[in-house]
Amino acid sequence: MRKNQTRTEPRIIQRLLIGAALLYLAFFLFLPLGCIFAGALRKGAQVYFQSLAAPDALSAIRLTFLTALVAVPLNLVFGVAASWAIAKFDFKGKNLLLTLIDLPLSVSPVISGMVFILLFGAQGYLGPWLAAHGIRIVFAIPAIILATTFVTFPFVARELIPVMKSQGTEEEEAAVTLGANGWQTFRRVTLPNIRWGLLYGVILCNARAMGEFGAVSVVSGHIRGQTNTLPLYVEILYNEYNFAAAFAAASVLVFLALVTLFAKRLVERKFNEEKSGETS
Amino acid sequence: MFSVSKKKRTIPGFGLSVGYTIFYLSLIVLIPLSTLFFKTASLDFGAFWEAVASPRTLAAYRLSFGASFIAALVNAVFGFLIAWVLARYSFPGKKIIDALVDLPFALPTAVAGIALTAIYSPHGWVGRPLAALGIKTAFNATGVVLALTFIGLPFVVRTIQPVLEDFDPAVEEAAASLGADRWQTFRRVIFPALFPPLLTGATMAFARALGEYGSVIFISGNMPSKTEIAPLLIMTKLEQYDYAGATAIAVVMLLVSFALFLVINYLQWLGSRRSGMNP
Repeated sequence: MRKNQTRTEPRIIQRLLIGAALLYLAFFLFLPLGCIFAGALRKGAQVYFQSLAAPDALSAIRLTFLTALVAVPLNLVFGVAASWAIAKFDFKGKNLLLTLIDLPLSVSPVISGMVFILLFGAQGYLGPWLAAHGIRIVFAIPAIILATTFVTFPFVARELIPVMKSQGTEEEEAAVTLGANGWQTFRRVTLPNIRWGLLYGVILCNARAMGEFGAVSVVSGHIRGQTNTLPLYVEILYNEYNFAAAFAAASVLVFLALVTLFAKRLVERKFNEEKSGETS
Repeated sequence: MFSVSKKKRTIPGFGLSVGYTIFYLSLIVLIPLSTLFFKTASLDFGAFWEAVASPRTLAAYRLSFGASFIAALVNAVFGFLIAWVLARYSFPGKKIIDALVDLPFALPTAVAGIALTAIYSPHGWVGRPLAALGIKTAFNATGVVLALTFIGLPFVVRTIQPVLEDFDPAVEEAAASLGADRWQTFRRVIFPALFPPLLTGATMAFARALGEYGSVIFISGNMPSKTEIAPLLIMTKLEQYDYAGATAIAVVMLLVSFALFLVINYLQWLGSRRSGMNP
């Protein structure tokens, strides 16, 4: 009893602190979440589903998935290669490489998009060459995918590097000594050890890829039905005062975000279970 | 030295993995980013200065830095409170709330923007009663601060929460057995240990807020020189094909971001060295 008291506060203070925290979260989390669904369903379920089935909405959903489908695997392959290099070997410049991998996280989304305009835009460094060869990158789907890949670049690598580091190199060394080649070693020994970390990185990477707004907004050109991802579509509808449809499209993104948080928690739990199973 | 060369010999794929990492890093990140510096180098100083030091740009910088700073402070206070409550107390719905704290990471910024605007505009659930009291919470600097506070929420919570959960109970018990009351223990023993992660989290929230675009543009009203944040000014210049002006404003923002990034890395390195987790 006495011991308990030394590490905790009186009941009344506990309740006050919990109340204050929940009140703050109500204004910043629960109300925004609630208002999206309220706004989406304000004109009834029929309008809700109609606005989601509109051709422009469907094309925005398709482009959002296409973007994630290209950007996430690219960054996944990179994440595996980078964490293999950094976790399994010692070499000069490793810390610099680690710092550079995190770099895109500190770049404003607007600047992340802008650099691709400076590179591929009509006045950009490669613009004239691209125009001469009839290749369109900026204000088209390639730039949307490039900007998204830039913004989500570190997500898988960041999660995998610490996981792979903590695994050490002994198991791989044993496998190689027993005659496995590089690919077999990776697939049979490393991959089972890092699978939850890998999945975790993919979940975070995918959420950002589907939800990125600023960078994509700079390079997309906002061509309806062609270069609109779902977040850009929300903005267009909102600026046209078509609030019911804007909130309906937003509710799809909220749903994706909630699924992401749930999946993230699930993987965290699996990962911790496995870790505590190993040590006991 | 021996172990290094031996490691390189036994595990395959060194050349391939390092080579691909550097190739892909250059292709996606380094070459695109370097264009910003090449472009800056091609500007003459007069044009650069005109873009960076014009009253409109200075007003945008002032708003971006000021609002980000206030938002980081709010997050330092309430992030600390939320982390404390989640780590120390139990209450119904705690697990769900713990998971929901990451919502600003997972929610697209445009969605956050329209949701906050809907609530805090003069017609909104919260904005209307406040407007009746004469408090305006959207389409002004307050709105900018609200949006930046929302997106910064998880940083402080997620840097403090693990430190608080791993905090050695023996230290608190020692303080109590030496006669300290609860408030003294908090002030003299617990808070000093939490200050470094608090600073790290608040700096991360500040850095994130500086570059933020999507959640702000709906609630800010976007009036030039008044409620226009720096990233929006870059966007406006790009839309007017004023690439030189956009580049000048962007390169200043980027250098500040890089400086903050190094500060955060240094703070994290200090923190991991203190807790002895770093080799």
